[in-house]
Amino acid sequence: MELIKKARGGDQRSIARIISYAENETPEAAEVLQKLYAFTGMAHIVGITGPPGSGKSTLTDKLVKEYRKQGKTVAVLAVDPTSPYSGGAILGDRVRMSDLTLDPGVYIRSMGTRGRLGGLSKGTASAVKILDACGFNYIFIETVGVGQSEVDIVKNADTTIVVTVPGLGDDIQAIKAGILEIGDIFIVNKADRDGTDRLLMELKMMLDLNPDKAAWIPPILQTVATQNKGITELADTIIQHGDFLRQSGQLIRQRRERLETEIFDLIINRITQQIIRKQNEDGTFEQELQRVMDKEIDPYTLVDKMLKKIFK
Amino acid sequence: MTEKHIRVLVAKPGLDGHDRGAKVIARALRDAGMEVIYSGLRQTPEQIVSAAIQEDVDVVAMSLLSGAHNHLFPKVAQLLKENNAGDILIVGGGVIPDADIPFLKENGISEIFTPGTPTAKAIEFIKNNVKQ
Repeated sequence: MELIKKARGGDQRSIARIISYAENETPEAAEVLQKLYAFTGMAHIVGITGPPGSGKSTLTDKLVKEYRKQGKTVAVLAVDPTSPYSGGAILGDRVRMSDLTLDPGVYIRSMGTRGRLGGLSKGTASAVKILDACGFNYIFIETVGVGQSEVDIVKNADTTIVVTVPGLGDDIQAIKAGILEIGDIFIVNKADRDGTDRLLMELKMMLDLNPDKAAWIPPILQTVATQNKGITELADTIIQHGDFLRQSGQLIRQRRERLETEIFDLIINRITQQIIRKQNEDGTFEQELQRVMDKEIDPYTLVDKMLKKIFK
Repeated sequence: MTEKHIRVLVAKPGLDGHDRGAKVIARALRDAGMEVIYSGLRQTPEQIVSAAIQEDVDVVAMSLLSGAHNHLFPKVAQLLKENNAGDILIVGGGVIPDADIPFLKENGISEIFTPGTPTAKAIEFIKNNVKQ
């Protein structure tokens, strides 16, 4: 396929097009994703998550520049929340990465969550594969900081970075249990502010209480992203984590688990779409819904009926 | 197939720090269900085009209050065409004299929305003229 060849050759418009197909689940998407899959697996996928305003985009910008200095190519997927009411979104992460727009070794794409609640959009997983297959050394996924368990980021990243900042009121509140369990590297950004020492101590205490991850003890790093402080150390730590994952066999284990989750997510998605399509064809759903409202039948029986239509 | 979301790049070309208008439009477009990528200030035409391509936008909406629109707007249109992205809808707004509008329309800009235009008008135009 011509588009795939161009994308793998580095043509950004082709890469962008393919990501759009995948995001919109167009008819072309399935074929393209099938063909690209064989080329995936080489990129180091790094997830960056944390509360809003913690400096994720600025940090990403600096990290990308650091890796560019090392001659690596980097793709960034910046995910921002889609309004559940209007279906629209303001995707503003790119603003912090303006300098990188003209660097041919960098590709930045903004995505809206489009109804997903776990921090990422449905199209993110596909976009990661596409960028991986197009040869980027690093793929950063920068996600909406919902503040609690960013479940989606774990399903998509090899290395997960949790960014925190001092002074968010009750510091422990900003670091709920879910986040602590998923971080491979913890950052205290804006570390020149008051409250840094306290936050560092709290993080350390909470991590000490966590018995898992004995083989890799998540380091806690300090950065001041706007001043480019702590970035080199962070970049090195990410590389070290990558090495650890490969040497310990953890990378393969993680990827296998993620693949399993992804396959079932795809199945659920496909089935749901089929059901919706069938219902649209039949046109009986509104009536059936009213019957449930009128207590003529119960919702569970209706669900059985709907499922039987596609699973004869 | 998922419902298509119109993607718009709201861009501020050149040396112009007035972004209130751009932000008003951005919010209005979001409320109309579009995905709006905001470029930030002081973007060169090259930066705008690169962002438009990476983000695979349907629309580039430029805001300019510094008077340089006759140079910068057509430049963006030209670069988009050269990069195989001539099908992107280009609109603009800001401080643009009526007298300049015909020239801009001849040079790749589909419509100009001057101050006072209801955002609903811009939204309708975009929805009606975006390439399917």
